[in-house]
Amino acid sequence: MTASMIDPEEVGTRETVRIVCEAPDREMLLVDWLNALVYEMATRSMVFGDFSVSLSDGRLEAEARGEPIDIARHAPSVEVKGATYTELKVTRGNDGVWTAQCIIDV
Amino acid sequence: MDRTGLNQIGDYAWRIDPAGEMRAPAIIFADEALIDDMDDKVREQIVNVTTLPGIVGPAYAMPDAHWGYGFPIGGVAAFAPEEGGVISAGGVGFDISCGVRLLATGLSRADIEAVKLNFAHELSRAIPAGVGSKGRIVLDDDELDAMLAGGAGWAVRQGWGRAEDLPRIEENGTMRGAVPEFISAKAHKRQRKEMGTLGSGNHYLEVQEVVQIYDVDVARRFGLDAGRIVAMIHCGSRGLGHQIGTEFLRDMAISAPEHGIRLPDRELACAPIESDLGQRYIGAMRAGINCALANRQILTHLVRKAFAGFFAGADLPVVYDVSHNTCKEEEHVIDGRMRRVFVHRKGATRALGPGASQLPEAFVDCGQPVIIGGSMGTSSFVLVGDARSEAMSLGSACHGAGRAMSRHAAAKLWKGRQVQDALASEGIIVKSPSSRGIAEEAPGAYKNVDAVVEVAEKAGLARRVARLKPVICIKG
Repeated sequence: MTASMIDPEEVGTRETVRIVCEAPDREMLLVDWLNALVYEMATRSMVFGDFSVSLSDGRLEAEARGEPIDIARHAPSVEVKGATYTELKVTRGNDGVWTAQCIIDV
Repeated sequence: MDRTGLNQIGDYAWRIDPAGEMRAPAIIFADEALIDDMDDKVREQIVNVTTLPGIVGPAYAMPDAHWGYGFPIGGVAAFAPEEGGVISAGGVGFDISCGVRLLATGLSRADIEAVKLNFAHELSRAIPAGVGSKGRIVLDDDELDAMLAGGAGWAVRQGWGRAEDLPRIEENGTMRGAVPEFISAKAHKRQRKEMGTLGSGNHYLEVQEVVQIYDVDVARRFGLDAGRIVAMIHCGSRGLGHQIGTEFLRDMAISAPEHGIRLPDRELACAPIESDLGQRYIGAMRAGINCALANRQILTHLVRKAFAGFFAGADLPVVYDVSHNTCKEEEHVIDGRMRRVFVHRKGATRALGPGASQLPEAFVDCGQPVIIGGSMGTSSFVLVGDARSEAMSLGSACHGAGRAMSRHAAAKLWKGRQVQDALASEGIIVKSPSSRGIAEEAPGAYKNVDAVVEVAEKAGLARRVARLKPVICIKG
């Protein structure tokens, strides 16, 4: 999601924001997590580039690390309006690899 | 789009008859070229819409329809409350009441050309645009509530505009039935510093020249003359609308089974109109509409100030203001009788023809202006509502060109500087805080808007009045 706005390599990580979400299923938890980030980006005027996430029983606890947006340096192309339920999937393949997919509206 | 199962009705409409869980037919407006180019997802999504409870009459896809979220962009459908009809947060979308406002200026192209570069710079300075830009107006909670109840009417009372602007805005500038108490504290917080900002993505302010007139009489009624300059503002309800959409989409997706609703796609999240959740969303969504109307009103004020600084006496009357992402309570004759219904228009414009009772007095005998935004290098259009659209599409028409490729694909094909230089060679100045944003919005990333409006006209949805060509574009 960060890459849809800016180059993630350009984001410093000097500030940390803690985020907690709870949802009835994994897909909705993914949407809630992304929408929580959208909200923090919008209201704090920040961008995030580094994340720690832990999951247990429909609950997500995360730390998002980033910095205040710098329009000249980050040159953001779009703002994210929200995460959608379109083509939303959180699955684990036979090889044990998880895939989380969500379309965001910009 | 694969034509299997599509029955062509006339030259410009395609019908999908009810089958399986469809409760109504679907109708797609397109000629043969547009239907072949249209994404198969449009069919899948418009068919999904017909499975929702309480739909009355067909679900429609406009000629610019493309793959959206839940509803296709360009999707229109009506639901009856007394038949368990639903209201869908997904059917309105995140950018509630995103729309277009057109201002006449009375200026000529030569007036602009004399100062074009400096004026473009002044507009880019005067209009907060792009990610992270903040408005100069910061509202506290009480002021936000007043704005959410009053819309453009509130903005005019604050001094951002004139009373004569209001009849030139849908709903007379104020969406009635808004309930600000249904707006969350988070939505308030997201909007606090965003009044009077353009946003980003496909939002813009353009200075355009009227380059072609198709209907001289109607153009004159709208205040449009060939060779004259107009200003077009495209934006919506900013962070507040996005947050309302986010929160109600979630609540509706979770509560759908309790309401006995099976969703073919969770993005079609909805609730019965008569339910508590449905009523709360309607009140909040109407407040979101007012936020968009107030925002475009404030931007109008900023645009007027910028023009006044360069062109003494330019007063910029509003031609009209239309919204694209809404659900409105309206009366339509459906299946032979007058029905009170909630009409979702997702990426579609209301296009009332002559005689419609909701029209402002100035347009009763000619129909409303239907403003179609193009892309930075291509034309925009002003159409007029066609009386036939009432029976054909619940008085609706297309809203723009529609994307032909993803932002990612466009950014790989073009660089922002290259797009700016190419447009500058055509006399179009593009200003934006984001070079990548310009590349993603390159004219080549959009469908041919000329083909879309031609089909809208031939299908009987709305008639062309004027074609507008960009001169200065301020991109968000």
